Amino acid sequence: MPQIPTSVPLSWYLILSAILFALGVAGFLFRRNIITVFMSIELMLNGVNLSFITFSYKQGQNDGHIYSFFVMVVAAAEAAVGLAIILTVFKNRQTLEIDEVSSLKN
Amino acid sequence: MEDVILFLFFAAFTVGCAVNLVLQKHPISSALSLVGVMGALGLIYLQLGGEFIAMAQLIVYAGAIMVLFIFVIMLLNAGVEKGKTRNLWVKYAGLPLLVALIGLIAYIVQNVLPRGPGVNFGAFQHGNAYEIGIKLFETYLLPFEVTSVLILVAIVGAIVLAQKEIK
Amino acid sequence: MNFFVLSLIKAAVVAFVLMTTLAYLQWIERKVIAHIQLRVGPRRVGPHGLLQPLADVIKLLTKEDMLPSHVNKIFYFLAPFIAVFFALIAISVIPFGTEISIGPIKTAMQLADLNIGVLFILGLSGMGVYGVALAGWASNNKYALLGGLRSSAQMISYELPMAMAIAAPLLMLNTLSFRQLVDAQAGYYFGFVPRWTIFQGPFPQIFSFLLFLVAAFAETNRVPFDLPEAENELVAGFHTEYSSMKFASFFMAEYANMVTVSCVATLLFLGGWHPIFPAEYGSKFVPTVIFLIGGLISIYHGLNPARAFDRITLPIAGIVFIAVGAAFLIPIVATILLPLFWFAAKAGVILFLYIWVRGTMPRFRYDQLMRFAWTFMFPIAVVNLFVTGLLVALT
Repeated sequence: MPQIPTSVPLSWYLILSAILFALGVAGFLFRRNIITVFMSIELMLNGVNLSFITFSYKQGQNDGHIYSFFVMVVAAAEAAVGLAIILTVFKNRQTLEIDEVSSLKN
Repeated sequence: MEDVILFLFFAAFTVGCAVNLVLQKHPISSALSLVGVMGALGLIYLQLGGEFIAMAQLIVYAGAIMVLFIFVIMLLNAGVEKGKTRNLWVKYAGLPLLVALIGLIAYIVQNVLPRGPGVNFGAFQHGNAYEIGIKLFETYLLPFEVTSVLILVAIVGAIVLAQKEIK
Repeated sequence: MNFFVLSLIKAAVVAFVLMTTLAYLQWIERKVIAHIQLRVGPRRVGPHGLLQPLADVIKLLTKEDMLPSHVNKIFYFLAPFIAVFFALIAISVIPFGTEISIGPIKTAMQLADLNIGVLFILGLSGMGVYGVALAGWASNNKYALLGGLRSSAQMISYELPMAMAIAAPLLMLNTLSFRQLVDAQAGYYFGFVPRWTIFQGPFPQIFSFLLFLVAAFAETNRVPFDLPEAENELVAGFHTEYSSMKFASFFMAEYANMVTVSCVATLLFLGGWHPIFPAEYGSKFVPTVIFLIGGLISIYHGLNPARAFDRITLPIAGIVFIAVGAAFLIPIVATILLPLFWFAAKAGVILFLYIWVRGTMPRFRYDQLMRFAWTFMFPIAVVNLFVTGLLVALT
C-alpha cells in the first residue's frame, strides 16, 4: 500500500479529466433522450476545462484560465442555440427520442 | 495531506455525479447530477488556484446554463426514457471498453508526465481577477470581442428559433 | 487559538445571531405592516407579541408533516434544503465590522474574507433559483409549477441588472473583496461628507444603488415582485404543497436572502461600518444618544400607558435601552460594538425599506414585471456602467 502523498500529483487531475470525458462520450453514444445527449456534451466540455486549468497550473501562467473562460462562453452560446433547436424539434415531431427523428433515414 | 483528502472527496463526488448522469432515466435527475459535477469541479478549480474561473463556473455554468437546461426539461415535460432493446455491442462491450479507454489514458498520463511537485492549495497565485482581467483585455482582446459577437449571434438565433409561428 | 477552532466558534456565533435575527425580522415585519395598516399586529403572546416567533416555530414544528402521494419524493425533499442552504451560506463572506481583539485572540468580524467575495454572492444568488424551480416542479401541481417557473424566470431576468449595478461601484473601488471595499470607503470629503460609494469619486453611484435595490426586491421575491408566491393569485405559488418545517424553510430562505442583500447593499453602497460623520464631531456618542432617547420615551409612556400591562413592560424596555446605550460608553466594548451598530443601523434601514414597501405598494403583473426588467432596467444598467467606466477612465 503506497503511502498517501503530501500533495496531489498532477496526473490525478488529468486522469479525472479523462474519466469525465470518457463518461461524456459514453452518455453521448448510449443515451436516447436529446437533452441527455446534450448534457453529455457539456460534461465533455467540463472535462476539457479541467485539463486546461491543470496544465495552466503546471506552467505557472494563467493562459489556461483564459482558454477555459472562452470554452465556457462558447458552451453558453451553444447551449442557448442547441436548446432552441431542441424546442423546435419537439414542436415539429412531438418526441424527444433521437431514434424517432429518423425520417431522412434509408 | 488535507489537499489530498479534499481532492479525493471532490473527485469522488464528481465521478459519482457523472456516472449518475449517464445512468439516470429521467432527464431532471441527470440535469441535477450535472449541476453537482459543475459545483464539485468549481471547487477543484479553486484548489488549483483558479479562483476567478471557479466563480465563473459557478455563476455561468451552474447558475445560468444548467438553469436553462432545467427550464427546457420542465417546459417540454420530458418523461422517463423508454428503453428499447439495444445493440449487443452496447450491452456487453460498452462498459469494458470504457474502462479500458480510461485505464489506457491513465497509464499513458502517469508515464509520460514528468515527475514534479504536486498541487498544493495556494501555490498558484496568478488566478485572481486582476491578472485574468489584464490578460483578457490586453493579450486576448480580439477573442474577447469575437466571443461577444458570438453571444449576440446566439441570442438572435435562439430568439428566432423559439418564437411563435407567424401565421 | 487554532484557526479551525476559532472559525468553528465564529460560525456558531454568526449562525445563532442570524437565526435569531430571522425570527425577529418576522416579528418586526408583522408589527410594522400592522401599524402601516392602522392595526396593532401580534400582541397576545408575550409582551407586545415578542414571543410570537417562538410560538410560530413551535406551531410549525408540531404541525403534521404531510407527504402528498403524487409528488416526486426525492426532489420534494431536496428543494427546501437547497433553498435554505444557498441562502444561509451567503452570510459567510459578509464582514460585520473591523478586526477586533478579545483578550489574546485577534480576529476579524467575518467568517471568510474571500478575494472574490462579490462574485461568490452573485454565484449563490444564481444557485438560489434551483430551490424554487425544483419546488414548483416536484409538487406535481399546475399552480406550483407555474409559480415555480415564473419565479425562476423572474430571478434570472433580474440577475442581469443586479450584476451590472454591482459592477459599477467595483469599477471605482477596484477590488472584489468585501473588506477592501469597505476600507476604500473610509474617510470624509470636506471634513463631513462620508466617502460612501453613493457620494464618491467621479460618479456618485446613486443610480447603481437604486437599480440594485429594485433588482434585489425582485431577486428575493418580495413585493412588488412577489407574484409567484402571492396568496390570492396562484394559490400559494411554488410552496403550495409544502407544510410545516419545509414551508418554514422556504420562509427562512426568503428572509435570509433579504438579510444578505441588505448587507451587500450596505457594504457596496453605504460604506459598511463607517459612521456618517467623523469621530471628531462625536459619532462615537450617536448610539448612546439614540438608545437614551428611546429609553426615556419608553419610560415616559410607561408612566401613563394606554393599556394596563404596559405599566410594567414599557419601563422595563426603557431600562433595557438605557443599559444598552450605556454599554456603548465602555471603551473596550465600544470598539466591538460601534462598527457593528453602524452596520446594523444601515442594513436595518434597508430592511425597513423592504417592509415599508411591502405595506405600501401593489404588485406587478407578470408580463409587466418582465418587461420592466428587460426594457427598462437593463438599458439603464448598461448606460450607468458605461458612464461610470467612462468617468473612471478619464480621471
